[in-house]
Amino acid sequence: MSVSEENAEREPVAYQVSAFLERRREQIAQRWADAALFRTVFTVSRDEAVEAGRAVAAALAAVAASGRLDDIRASGFEAVRDQLGRMAASRARTGTDPDGVANEVAALREPATELLRAEFAEPDAPEAHEAVLALTVLMGTLRLVVMETTVSAGEELIARQREQLHEVATPVIKLWESTVAVPLIGTLDSARSQVVMESLLDAIVAERARYAILDITGVPTVDSLVAQHLMKTVAAARLMGAECIVSGIRPAIAQTIVHLGIDLGTVLTRSSLADALAYALSQQGVEIAPLRAVGAAADAGTR
Amino acid sequence: MTGIAGHGPVGGHGFTVPVLQLGDVLLVTLQGELHDGMAEQLQQDITARISHSRVTGVVIDISGVEIVDSFLGRVLAEIAAGAKLLAARTVLAGMRPAVAITLVELGLTLPGLWTALDVERAMELLGVTTRRGEGSP
Repeated sequence: MSVSEENAEREPVAYQVSAFLERRREQIAQRWADAALFRTVFTVSRDEAVEAGRAVAAALAAVAASGRLDDIRASGFEAVRDQLGRMAASRARTGTDPDGVANEVAALREPATELLRAEFAEPDAPEAHEAVLALTVLMGTLRLVVMETTVSAGEELIARQREQLHEVATPVIKLWESTVAVPLIGTLDSARSQVVMESLLDAIVAERARYAILDITGVPTVDSLVAQHLMKTVAAARLMGAECIVSGIRPAIAQTIVHLGIDLGTVLTRSSLADALAYALSQQGVEIAPLRAVGAAADAGTR
Repeated sequence: MTGIAGHGPVGGHGFTVPVLQLGDVLLVTLQGELHDGMAEQLQQDITARISHSRVTGVVIDISGVEIVDSFLGRVLAEIAAGAKLLAARTVLAGMRPAVAITLVELGLTLPGLWTALDVERAMELLGVTTRRGEGSP
């Protein structure tokens, strides 16, 4: 008996809330426009914020009318899902974490419930409590919907960035005749080092390189696994007839390598890419001298 | 003792890997698969050639080899070690990228061998110039 009675009572409450949201849409939207969420998303004009607030209030009214107050899949939300997603994404771009966004959505509840309470002659009457409770449930569902769209937007972003990361992974640069270099940036795992090795070896063939420089300035840490990957790459390049030089070992990394007891004795190392290039050039008999000195010598010769 | 001087001693049965002599360098071109018998014959041919004529270098061209295994890796290392005992340097030329990766994954880095991108580079490494009037820088 109690269950059916409760349901019978709740239905009208939901309609009541729906009717309230419809009636007071304009006022709610005006108040929401001043709330942190709308104010920070629609920085350009307040009208836009009010317009967005109106759309959200209308969607809530539709959901309340359908009686599915706690259903995040309620069809009423579909109309504003895109908009909510954009708002959440724009907050995320400005560096607000999901907690912050959730709190900002939660802050929308207070202005709405205040207005609803004011609707009743007696704010402490049971009907008033019922209605406020129903609205609170509805606002909680809205919060969930926002969080859900935020999370799915985040997942999309991660997937897109993962693709980009693979694209920018490892360019092989021709530094000089028969000299190629790979600037390694980021963590070296086995999948990446495989890609590095393949592209380096292909470049050695294509450029007929005698010297290959692996620059690890951008590699944050070197552990025994990374060192092993480096040594494999060096060995493979050597098998192709190219001499490999590892450059850009920062002092901290040099110490780590020594502490870990990793033997890089078979690997030719230089402290910077410039040093490595200088080595490769000198081995090929290329000498680089400042033009001025040459000019001065020429001057001395003519006088 | 110049130019191309015939093939290696005839193995008797089946295919043998040709060993060409260019000046004081031996040129061996491996193609396809190398069977046990062929490998042994090749090792004999090379060491015999080195000791008979004054050969200072051996170039093994493996640009036609697409698959290597630990067996081939061992044969190459043995050829190099044998040649070194007879005072000749061995240069491995023309290894394909995929082959290099496989060898490294197998842990066969062939430390005793010199390597070169192709036969021309290998000759250069051994001090035989094959350039045509280019004039070095």
